[in-house]
Amino acid sequence: MEDVMTFLEGLDWSPLLISLKTGVVATIFSFFLGIWAARRVVKAGPRMKAVVDGILTLPMVLPPTVAGFFLLLLFSTKRPFGAFLYDSFGIKAVQTWFGCILAATVIAFPLMYRNARAAFEQVDVNLIYAGRTLGLSETKIFWKVVMPAAGPGVVSGTILTFARAMGEYGATSMLAGNIPGKTGTISQRIAMVIQNGDYGTAGFWVVVIMLIAFVIIFIMNLVSGKKMKQVHRW
Amino acid sequence: MSIEVDITKRIKDFSLRVQFSGDHMRMGLLGASGCGKSMTLKCIAGVERPDKGRIVLDDQVLFDSEKKINLPPQQRKIGYLFQNYALFPTMTVEQNLACVLSGKKAEKEQRVREQIVQYQLQGLEKHLPGELSGGQQQRVALARMMLAQPKMIMLDEPFSAMDGYLKDTLQRELLVWLADFPGEVVMVSHSRDEIYKFCPVLTVIQEGHSIYSGKTKEVFENPVYREVAKLTGCKNIAEVQRMDAHTVFVKDWNMQLHFTREIEEHVRYVGVRAHRLLAGGGDCPNQSEMTITGYVDTPFEHQYLLQKQGAEGQIWWLVAKNIEKDSRPIGAQEIFGFPESDLMLLQE
Repeated sequence: MEDVMTFLEGLDWSPLLISLKTGVVATIFSFFLGIWAARRVVKAGPRMKAVVDGILTLPMVLPPTVAGFFLLLLFSTKRPFGAFLYDSFGIKAVQTWFGCILAATVIAFPLMYRNARAAFEQVDVNLIYAGRTLGLSETKIFWKVVMPAAGPGVVSGTILTFARAMGEYGATSMLAGNIPGKTGTISQRIAMVIQNGDYGTAGFWVVVIMLIAFVIIFIMNLVSGKKMKQVHRW
Repeated sequence: MSIEVDITKRIKDFSLRVQFSGDHMRMGLLGASGCGKSMTLKCIAGVERPDKGRIVLDDQVLFDSEKKINLPPQQRKIGYLFQNYALFPTMTVEQNLACVLSGKKAEKEQRVREQIVQYQLQGLEKHLPGELSGGQQQRVALARMMLAQPKMIMLDEPFSAMDGYLKDTLQRELLVWLADFPGEVVMVSHSRDEIYKFCPVLTVIQEGHSIYSGKTKEVFENPVYREVAKLTGCKNIAEVQRMDAHTVFVKDWNMQLHFTREIEEHVRYVGVRAHRLLAGGGDCPNQSEMTITGYVDTPFEHQYLLQKQGAEGQIWWLVAKNIEKDSRPIGAQEIFGFPESDLMLLQE
């Protein structure tokens, strides 16, 4: 028991906070970007749809290190765009928490986008037509009719996005690095301590991340289950 | 109050070419399923865009491909009652009505309350559409549509999802609601009965093309075209050879038919409604002995198939059960008359 206490006292808790913060912020970004992109793609013609959909889904299919490579290429302060951002706005992605968010958003975004798109496509198009003939504005139709009708799909997309963003490793380690207390997320900490043979600490963080994931999915299911009265059991 | 529609639209292999005009009347669009009726309504409402043409409602041009006018549906003021009613599933009845309105909250609530009373929706305010019956959903959709103050309304197969008993009641109800509506009403249906009940004038659409317009009763009396006759429910249609100005030969029925009226050159078919055959022949000049070759029993009707000796085709004969209680045996022979006023001369 005392061993456990000393273990917990000596533990650096910063990865938990960094991962949670990164997960939440990246989910918020992905949520709005994903919904925006999904809405645009659902409205687009078939050829446009295929091309844009392919590009937007790429980060999900490619290894995260490939995304990391491109992010570095873009945001490195030695490159034009990165240098411009840093010089003009003082924004730096490499080796910063902002880099964590950027990497997590890029990797998790396709999950949000794809789920939102599938949910929007399921919405009866006559509802949208009805809204238009009734004189409702496109914005009102989207937020009052389409979004609620697509609710379950959007919620599950958000859950998956958060889970993916919080656990992001490959692109994050390349772009943001693993700076303890700054960019050191739980998944990076696990990899680091394993290299040192510290299976105790690694195991602890594994349990933490599993608990968080489970609790969030459980809460989200509860919320979406309550709203959807019409869902029937098989 | 008038509507003028003349549009064309290509959708893959299907081409829509519809033309009709209405003038302060309930107008019906009659056609088989998938013939383009709903697409026509969608083009008028503005949720689909025709390739070419013109749509004018009360001197206001809604669409004109040449002048590049295409009003968005929000500005067209056309009420559209969808086949599945398209009630917003996550909103209660009240919210479904309120979302159409803009303005102060108290005024909106007042309008919604009035509408709920007028359309007899009291007690259902807090229900979701999924919890309502088909008839109630239709009333909510109607109430919501009317709140948007349309200049014209369109009904897309309003009764297709209802069973017989409910249907008759709701048709009565809808006629009452619509009686007060001052604007144009267009109703789409594949059911000749519905169109006959609701619409004094109709346009027949076949495979995307409007082929015939006219007063409903006249169209049913004299369909002129073979397809129109079919859509109005004529069961017996056969090809004819014109012998002279007053005689045709019907090969399929192995029968010569004489007419006192003149038969025009372009007549290709003859049709006769199955109810109109006269058993016993009456005093018709056109009569012929036929054998009963088939029988179908329905709740209120005997349905027989008749065949003349030497004929390839059969003729339907329907007779109500309150006229003839017992069915006739198969194989029985009988003389049947074809009254000239019930013989329809048809073109392709």
